[in-house]
Amino acid sequence: MSGERIRAVVQKELRDFRRNRFLVGTMAVLPLIFLVSPLITLLQIPATTPVSVIRHAVGGSSLLLFVVPAVIPPIMAAYSVIGERDQGTLEPFLTTPIQREELLLAKAIAVFLPSATVAYGIYFAFALTIRFAAAHAVSAAVWHTPQVVAQLVFTPLIAIWAVWVGIAMSVRARDVRVAQQLATLASLPAIGITALITFRVITPSVRLAVALAVVLLVIDIRAWRFVSKLFDRERLVTGSRAKPS
Amino acid sequence: MQATPALTVEHLTKRFGGRVAVDDVSFTVAAGEVFGFLGPNGAGKTTTVRMLGTLISPTSGSAVIAGLPLSPANGVAIRQRIAVMPEAPGLYLRLTVTENLEFFAGLYRIRDRGRIPAALEAVGLQARAADLCGNLSKGLCQRVALARALLNDPAVLFLDEPTSGLDPVASREVHGLIDGLRERGVTVFLTTHRLEEAERLCDRVAILNTTLRTIGRTDDLRDRLFRKRLLVETRAPLADPGSVFDGRPGVTGWEANGSGVYEVAVADAKLAAPGVARALVAAGADILSLAEQRHSLEDVYLELISEDVEAAR
Repeated sequence: MSGERIRAVVQKELRDFRRNRFLVGTMAVLPLIFLVSPLITLLQIPATTPVSVIRHAVGGSSLLLFVVPAVIPPIMAAYSVIGERDQGTLEPFLTTPIQREELLLAKAIAVFLPSATVAYGIYFAFALTIRFAAAHAVSAAVWHTPQVVAQLVFTPLIAIWAVWVGIAMSVRARDVRVAQQLATLASLPAIGITALITFRVITPSVRLAVALAVVLLVIDIRAWRFVSKLFDRERLVTGSRAKPS
Repeated sequence: MQATPALTVEHLTKRFGGRVAVDDVSFTVAAGEVFGFLGPNGAGKTTTVRMLGTLISPTSGSAVIAGLPLSPANGVAIRQRIAVMPEAPGLYLRLTVTENLEFFAGLYRIRDRGRIPAALEAVGLQARAADLCGNLSKGLCQRVALARALLNDPAVLFLDEPTSGLDPVASREVHGLIDGLRERGVTVFLTTHRLEEAERLCDRVAILNTTLRTIGRTDDLRDRLFRKRLLVETRAPLADPGSVFDGRPGVTGWEANGSGVYEVAVADAKLAAPGVARALVAAGADILSLAEQRHSLEDVYLELISEDVEAAR
């Protein structure tokens, strides 16, 4: 593994993303939709509302915020391999000494960094607005410690899962849009577990959040290995799988 | 040229399912040689380059590239020593010329930042270093791709149809750059179906049509395929051409080919021509021209490829 090669790919990807108007537009608009809707819901709740109703409303809003790290990465990750092939850059790229694990890890980091930044940014904008503008009971529910820990820990882990799903689709699909759509759909189950917490189907606690995070981390690492196996230079270049001689 | 080949290929074969793309191809390329790999569309040229560039694996056969046997275990080391310029430049259009080269320099772990300006200078692009590649013409993009291929100072440089789609001026510029590579001692493996390009640039050529049809210097290929002939043109038809050509030293046959035009088969044109000229003068002929018939690489190519077309019918 070469950190130099990984750094080169990450730097190139971030430069390329920054100048891709479609991606920048999507990254700017989509998260705002997920921010505005829960804010409107929670800011309208009066202080006299029963706690159970407030918890349910906060649970729904938190779930929407978990959707951000699940839907943003696939939009970018879907470009990672098939996008290179579409613009004719894949072949020169693959004829360099880069190894597939380096390539995939670098692509994943390049997607993860802006995705996690946007997801955290949206969450903190949401939480701070609630803190200063919502009823006290609503603010207390949003800033409930297990809720905050779950949000902080699960956001990057869901994003990493979504990144690998997006890259896996990008490695196998023949069209960027198909890869984006399939990857977004396939990323959503990851937020199922967080839904159980936010709706208090599973009683939330810091210990539970950490335990589930460890499980998700193991899944993320296995996803990297799985996607590495999917990556076949010959198939990417010629469209047919390499056969042993 | 050095004795150790830069590239040795033995019985290389590639099948895609039931289709044979490259069949039992063997050749060597000497270090510092500009080697032309010619063939019609679908002949297997790009497949061969992809195999030698470790992008796809051969079905059978072996190769040694820049001193390393072609194998999955050597893939990274081989790619570190070679450079491949595919038919399409494959540049990141939203990045500048320098950013594109910085990216590839990072992939080759090149720490000497002077390499990028040097590569740009080699292709005459210093003034466009800060331009976005999306704003460059196709010819300039090819130049950037060539600069990219020079970054790692490759032992073998594979150029796959480098002038495809370029206008004559841009093509000439690329030819000039390849000449420059030859002067620098870079081993160049050039695939093309532009025969005049191969004839002008290459030390040796191989003609591929799934199998290797022939290989050698263009002069040798001409000699191998075509009998040597003198073309004789006189103002008026000779009264008795047989008495002029028959039995002349070095002349093996002759035929009239129009009024006052004769094709004289010879063993060695330089030895036979003076005697033929003297015989023509002695016969009172007014000689308009007397020259060796030259066959171009295109003639060689068409002769070989048309044999394949005939065989396929």
